[in-house]
Amino acid sequence: MRNLRSIRLLIIAALIVSVLSACGAGNGKNNEGSASPSGSAGASPSANNKEKSPKSVELLNVSYDPTRELYVAFNKSFAEYWKKETGQTVKINQSHGGSGAQSRKVLDGLEADVVTLALAYDIDSLAEKGLLKTDWQKSFESNSSPYTSTIVFLVRKGNPKGIKDWGDLIKKDVQVITPNPKTSGGARWNYLAAWGYALKQNGGDETKVKEFMKQLFDNVPVLDTGARGATTTFVERKIGDVLLAWENEAYLAKKEYGDDFEIVTPSLSILAEPPVAVVDKVVDKKGTRDVAEAYLKYLYTPEGQEIAAQNFYRPRLQEVADKYKDQFPQLNLLTIDADFGGWKTAQAKHFADGGTFDQIYTKGS
Amino acid sequence: MATNRNRRQVLPGFRFTLGFTVLYLSLIVLIPLAGLVIKTAGLTLPQFWDTVTSARVLASYRVSLLTAFFAALVNVVFGLLIAWVLVRYRFPGKKIVDGLIDMPFALPTAVAGIALTAIYAPNGWIGSLLEPLGIKVAYTPLGITVALVFIGLPFVVRTVQPVLQELETDTEEAAVLLGAHRWRTFRKVLLPELVPPLITGFALAFSRGIGEYGSVVFISGNMPMKTEITPLLIITKLEQYEYSQATAIALVLLLISFALLLLINTLQRWTNRRLRSA
Amino acid sequence: MAGAVTTVTELSADKRPKHLDESRGVRIVLIAIALLFVGLVVVLPMITVIAQAFKKGWEAYASAISDPDAISALKLTLITALVAVPLNTLFGAAAAWAITKFKFRGKNLLITLIDLPFAVSPVISGLVYILLFGAQGLLGPWLIDHGYKVVFATPGIILATMFVTFPFVARELIPLMETQGAQDEEAAVSLGAKGWRIFFKVTLPNIKWGLLYGVILCNARAMGEFGAVSVVSGHIRGETNTLPLHIEILYNEYQYTASFAVASLLMLLAVVTLVIKGLIEGNLIRSRHK
Repeated sequence: MRNLRSIRLLIIAALIVSVLSACGAGNGKNNEGSASPSGSAGASPSANNKEKSPKSVELLNVSYDPTRELYVAFNKSFAEYWKKETGQTVKINQSHGGSGAQSRKVLDGLEADVVTLALAYDIDSLAEKGLLKTDWQKSFESNSSPYTSTIVFLVRKGNPKGIKDWGDLIKKDVQVITPNPKTSGGARWNYLAAWGYALKQNGGDETKVKEFMKQLFDNVPVLDTGARGATTTFVERKIGDVLLAWENEAYLAKKEYGDDFEIVTPSLSILAEPPVAVVDKVVDKKGTRDVAEAYLKYLYTPEGQEIAAQNFYRPRLQEVADKYKDQFPQLNLLTIDADFGGWKTAQAKHFADGGTFDQIYTKGS
Repeated sequence: MATNRNRRQVLPGFRFTLGFTVLYLSLIVLIPLAGLVIKTAGLTLPQFWDTVTSARVLASYRVSLLTAFFAALVNVVFGLLIAWVLVRYRFPGKKIVDGLIDMPFALPTAVAGIALTAIYAPNGWIGSLLEPLGIKVAYTPLGITVALVFIGLPFVVRTVQPVLQELETDTEEAAVLLGAHRWRTFRKVLLPELVPPLITGFALAFSRGIGEYGSVVFISGNMPMKTEITPLLIITKLEQYEYSQATAIALVLLLISFALLLLINTLQRWTNRRLRSA
Repeated sequence: MAGAVTTVTELSADKRPKHLDESRGVRIVLIAIALLFVGLVVVLPMITVIAQAFKKGWEAYASAISDPDAISALKLTLITALVAVPLNTLFGAAAAWAITKFKFRGKNLLITLIDLPFAVSPVISGLVYILLFGAQGLLGPWLIDHGYKVVFATPGIILATMFVTFPFVARELIPLMETQGAQDEEAAVSLGAKGWRIFFKVTLPNIKWGLLYGVILCNARAMGEFGAVSVVSGHIRGETNTLPLHIEILYNEYQYTASFAVASLLMLLAVVTLVIKGLIEGNLIRSRHK
């Protein structure tokens, strides 16, 4: 009787373990061949590694929140292009989320062939762990940033509070909506643009800049965790007088919600360069390097640039930029490298624990 | 875990069921949680202490604990009332109400958060009614409390209900025969019996509230020092790739929850024994 | 628990002697307060979901829930529940048997550990699996080298769901079996019954409603879990998205109507399980009255 019981116990234990590992194994097998966890019937296991051009291939593009619409259009265009060029069917899977969270998922094992994130800092973190080479930003033209954007203001129709520039944001009766720089990549651009403006205004006096930032954030009633959450708070919940947003987010919100909003371009903003990169470790394992590199290169072609511009990202290519120049007003732009000493420095100074952002909230407020 | 020789030992299956329980518990819960401890061990003790007692983290404990406490308190009062009504009275639609109590268990927390924010935002159904009165719900600690009341309600109702059901009418009967009033009967005879399940329900709702994330982030406004909850801080630490700091805060939350539950279970067993021997 | 509760409720409300009841006025006031509270806290959010879902009419609703991504999310959600719920049920029954039919040291600790997942922040429950099975985790590198994928794939989602729904069945059965004691089973033993036979013939009939209720709750939560699953899912459309995650994606794409439409689908799943529970109870009452 005793023995029988222990045997039963063993059987059950074995059952659980095998169920779990069966799930794991099933997915593992699929993954050798194709880019996604559940795989596609088209790609036979490990075929990609051996044959030169298998019939179909899958890519996983891990990106940040506001690029959803951009990559829906771009993926379609690239798939057609790739089919015509090589006869191969490519299926591109998308994953979106906060830039930092997405980068962390790739670190923790999400098998992204390419990453298209909000900040170079988030890709640097991957390079640090050896997922790609440290000089990844040289792999593609223009700092590996095929499109750029900037930070603008979205205000309510008629601009009732008369908001024209950063200086108006610290007026007593103005409510500002921005996501939390701790959790949102976009919010870090917002923060740095405001900082850069105040620094210019105050002739480089950092104490005054900190005072400006404190007044600015005193006007912030809600700190959402991501850019999309902040847009929802401003647009749907009708909270706040001005939303600090990516230019493309602002245009998209205007497109979705019609004429209830106006875009105000401040006198000075920051050049946001969302970078792209091929994740070496993953493409080498899956044998998808060719298609992954072609995918990112396609972003720089006139077709790719056109799609970026249609989705309100500033194109790099002059001919496309000229075509859309009415959409993107010229303004003075700070850059992260020239004005803030690169992401590593900026991150440590402003957004790490105890940085200038934390000081706003912890010092006697 | 040594077995005592006692009369219950005649039943079979002790080793098998206990073995399976412990094994499964270890695989799904204990080993993963041990990973948390191991990760935190990457910090030295002073580092750990600094992380879990920094001003913002302390403020977030306060927000999380206070809102969870008040939400659990509200749930104890109304949960008891709802359980009472459901067990003792008959009214049309009772079954539906009984089923509805489980909805917060089933509704994805993010959906609950979005829906509650839509209702209580200044331009929402209820928010717009409260706004002229100067009461703000969404993006304040009050909003967090509302979300936690939603999350915790079934815990209290479902722990009180069965006990209320099992209560013998004899003692009540006796009290009435002795001339006690209804309210007095309730206070002196029923309430003491209901205290253990109420405490259990309170503790479950409370500890669930401390850790709740999905429904709260939408409605809380996430202002540092004011409406920032502890689970959000854990996420914030992760965004900065500070894994061990994140797990350190997580560990503190875990210990609070564990201590609460242990206290409650011990209390409950103790009262059970006392009631049985009395 | 409540499965058994509501069943008996119908009977005891009839039997309750008049002099033990509150006056009509008090009863009505109490019922009104209870209904108002449930209405405010539970029903209003549900109405919001439905109102938002049908904001753009039936067609927009139909297209949102028949979207291929929504359907694949539904499939993943059902698969997850299908694995997690039976395993947790098995565990719940075993744990309840060991805890309520025997005395041993450390019982309180064991019960508390079983309750623990209730109290663990969903964020943490996802995180622990990343720490264990992630590429930088304790077991992750070995698993990945051997071609097994746990996190950001279906197994991770199932594990996180199992963690979150872990206590539901056990939590329902333990108090129930505690009050029932072990007399029935002991009688069965003295009559010569053995092992499984005792469980199926004596124990199971006594606990089936509690068991059913636990399973239903476990299932509802398994299908609705968001926080923990969000941490271990790769958020890949049509691949590692469960219904709750799909709702979030739609919401983030400004497709509010579609997002609430899918949410209402999930709500419907929950309502259906609760209605089934009600129907079974109805049958039970009728059979008892005969």
